[in-house]
Amino acid sequence: MSLKERVLNCLKDDVIAVTEHRGDLSVEVPREKIVSVLTRLKDDPDTSFDFLSDLFGVDNLDLYKKKKKPKKKAEGEEEKVEEDKGPPPPRFEVIYLLLSLKTNERLQVKIRVPEDDMTVDTVTCIWKAADWPEREAFDMFGFKFKGHYNLRRLLMWDEFEDHPLRKDYPLEGKGEVRHLKYE
Amino acid sequence: MAFQAYQGEGWLLTKAEQLINWGRSRSPWPFPYGTACCGIELMAALASSYDMARFGAERVGFSPRQCDVLIEAGTITKKMVPILKTIYDQMAEPKWVIAVGACACTGGVFRTYSTQQGIGSIIPVDVYIPGCPPRPEGILYALLKLLDKIQEDHPLYKKRQEVAEALEATK
Repeated sequence: MSLKERVLNCLKDDVIAVTEHRGDLSVEVPREKIVSVLTRLKDDPDTSFDFLSDLFGVDNLDLYKKKKKPKKKAEGEEEKVEEDKGPPPPRFEVIYLLLSLKTNERLQVKIRVPEDDMTVDTVTCIWKAADWPEREAFDMFGFKFKGHYNLRRLLMWDEFEDHPLRKDYPLEGKGEVRHLKYE
Repeated sequence: MAFQAYQGEGWLLTKAEQLINWGRSRSPWPFPYGTACCGIELMAALASSYDMARFGAERVGFSPRQCDVLIEAGTITKKMVPILKTIYDQMAEPKWVIAVGACACTGGVFRTYSTQQGIGSIIPVDVYIPGCPPRPEGILYALLKLLDKIQEDHPLYKKRQEVAEALEATK
């Protein structure tokens, strides 16, 4: 069986979308079921994705906005009306990169997170290695990993208030300065 | 030379300031503060092929309390700023600072939210070295420039001024 069939067989109804690009398989799953999905992918002997290589966030702020392109119209051509594709998908994504040490296969698991509710269940209960990547994703994007035992900033200092990898954060910052404090 | 020798039994005449400057400029103990790739060039400048010890920078100290010259080689992030400031405050007077490389001088290519745009706004810098990273010759040249600066210093005059200011403040 191909990897795609085995993954679909393992996850069954929890798959929202499957894409394959140049041999890399990517699966989108519901946000609420991420712990159960990853546990099944890890424990199922057919898939056995027992290694978490990385975990990170993505901000799709401008990706789904409609582009304003003034098209040159050929004479006599009717103006095309853009199809209504429904509301855009949620702004943020969390991506889990899995590796199977047994078969040396890789899988990308994706969940989408809306801006108004940034809670995601932690996967530190499955992999200890998710500790720092989750802290980094919290630091840079502001995901609240529910159940993480030590959710503090990893890269920026503790008093920093923003999340600098969000697309609406200016590159040169908002003038935050870390002050020297004597205890 | 800062003193004049007379023939005979052997005694010296010199000015105290020149004697102090002579001593200081021949034993600048560096404190290596390497935070990025400039630190590698600093290591090369200290090691045997370039040998910074030829100019008196023999003893590289790893305690700021025993060092004279803070050689800041590398990028300083904003998270790092209080640590650099603390280390500078821990050094005993007299103390000097060399900023090595583009990042330490101006922030370099890292014009971002997390990088301090030059350490000149945190601590007083005596010599800036441009380059990304500068060659070890550049670091040696900066040290020689610093030694020239030390020799033109007026330590006693400064001390007298400090005392006078302190007295003025108590009145």
